[in-house]
Amino acid sequence: MSFVSRGFHGRRRSDADRGRVPPGQYVTPDFPVLSAGPTPRTPFDQWDFSVTGEVDEPRRWSWDEFRSLPSEEVTHDIHCVTKWSKLDTVWRGVSVDTLLDGVDTSAEHTVQLADGGYTTNLPLEDLTGGRAWIVFEYDGEPLDPQHGGPARMLVPHLYFWKSAKWVRELRLQAIDEPGFWETNGYNNYGDPWREQRYWGD
Amino acid sequence: MAGAAVLGRLTWRVADVVDVAAETARTKTIAFDVPEWPGHRAGQHVDVRLTAEDGYQAERSYSIASAPDGARLELTVERLDDGEVSPYLTDELRPGDRIELRGPVGGYFVWEPAEGGPVLLVAGGSGVVPLMAMIRRRAAAGSDAEMRLLFSSRAWDDVIYRDELERRAGDRLLVVHTLTRVQPDGWTGYARRIDEAMLREVAPGPNERPLVFVCGPTPFVESVANALVRLGHEPRRIKTERFGPTGG
Amino acid sequence: MDASRLDGNSVAGLLHEIFGTDMTPALGTCGNCGVDEPLGAMHAYRSAGVVLRCPHCNHMLVKIVDSETATWISSTGVRTLRIPKQEA
Repeated sequence: MSFVSRGFHGRRRSDADRGRVPPGQYVTPDFPVLSAGPTPRTPFDQWDFSVTGEVDEPRRWSWDEFRSLPSEEVTHDIHCVTKWSKLDTVWRGVSVDTLLDGVDTSAEHTVQLADGGYTTNLPLEDLTGGRAWIVFEYDGEPLDPQHGGPARMLVPHLYFWKSAKWVRELRLQAIDEPGFWETNGYNNYGDPWREQRYWGD
Repeated sequence: MAGAAVLGRLTWRVADVVDVAAETARTKTIAFDVPEWPGHRAGQHVDVRLTAEDGYQAERSYSIASAPDGARLELTVERLDDGEVSPYLTDELRPGDRIELRGPVGGYFVWEPAEGGPVLLVAGGSGVVPLMAMIRRRAAAGSDAEMRLLFSSRAWDDVIYRDELERRAGDRLLVVHTLTRVQPDGWTGYARRIDEAMLREVAPGPNERPLVFVCGPTPFVESVANALVRLGHEPRRIKTERFGPTGG
Repeated sequence: MDASRLDGNSVAGLLHEIFGTDMTPALGTCGNCGVDEPLGAMHAYRSAGVVLRCPHCNHMLVKIVDSETATWISSTGVRTLRIPKQEA
């Protein structure tokens, strides 16, 4: 890289603890709204969330049922593959462990399906053991539709495209099925600490 | 060089800043000397790329303001307060600096004098920039194609190219302003957002089959384009270019 | 209507660099509703990559991911793409 624009710094924060920032990432104070399509606006009375696929029996929760489940507030750093990281983001959600409690499965893979058609795949073990939540509040407020509301997946240890906005279904599968971005150049796993952005990284 | 196609691969090149001049309180026109510039068509844009010392890069697109026969390439940039690139271009950049740009690009949103008129240009704020290139192109070519500009700005002091538009307006170039937020004393012009009624009054009738170019923020562009279709204009003759909310 | 969406003009430079020609006037036939639109008129959404959608039926037409070493393009949503030749 040879060319430098004199005096250009961008809008990044430079005071963040470097140990918290994965390679190639820049900390931002903003929360960019990025989407692959128009913002879905599912009314609560039409919303449900299902666990399907390789399970003893599918589970389904209406919005009221989902909101009656135990939830917790969690604080995490998030990392978008487009190079911005946001530290100490605060969410409230239901742990995926809670949703999978009692589910009998031999599946090792999952696909998240969302309103609008977005999908992303993950190993089941990356969604369990306290590493993932279906969140419905951000920063103490109901999750804005632009940021994935009514509810989105939160899997902070991977790049944020692995956390589907507007998630409606988690399908457990014996086979791995690359999703929306994984089939078009992005990495199948997406670990920001190993900078697994693109396919082949 | 007007109308010349870009032959060969398009890629990033370094241009020299030769002038930075204020148009309004929030917009500046930046003039560049671009080595081996192949020329461009009115309506095209360039991509601009900035690189910080640590390698961080930001990229944005800016419409070319200058007419294709101009000696220099000119961009007019509006400063967005929370922008990342526009404040650098309007506040930091000075003659002697260099910048990476790629272009010219875009052949969909282009007007050539050979296409004739009538032409309707509808601009929202800094969306006027590519349309000004068309107005300048028309003048430079000595075209008598009928052209109308309907230009929405917040206030009289925010009107980009205000004096030049006043000079250029004539019986074949109609310039109509609407000031949506504040109007000067004695203002008798439009004072609201562009709507179907205003378009019906200003635009050529659908039976004249005008070529239409609409440019500005997305909600503006879509509202205007939809209104024109409702008025009976052919969708295929309406071309749109959306600037994002952080378009600069 | 999403205020942050743009249109195919916003990827004109990227596509020109890849295809060696201006792609914004290229006409794409939507594989879902069958309507033709120039790439410049398609709705563009930018996230991890760029998605171009049909402005009539929202069907996903083109997906573009651009890295430093490669560009991935999926255009399965487009039935046919008509690219005009540029005058020399």
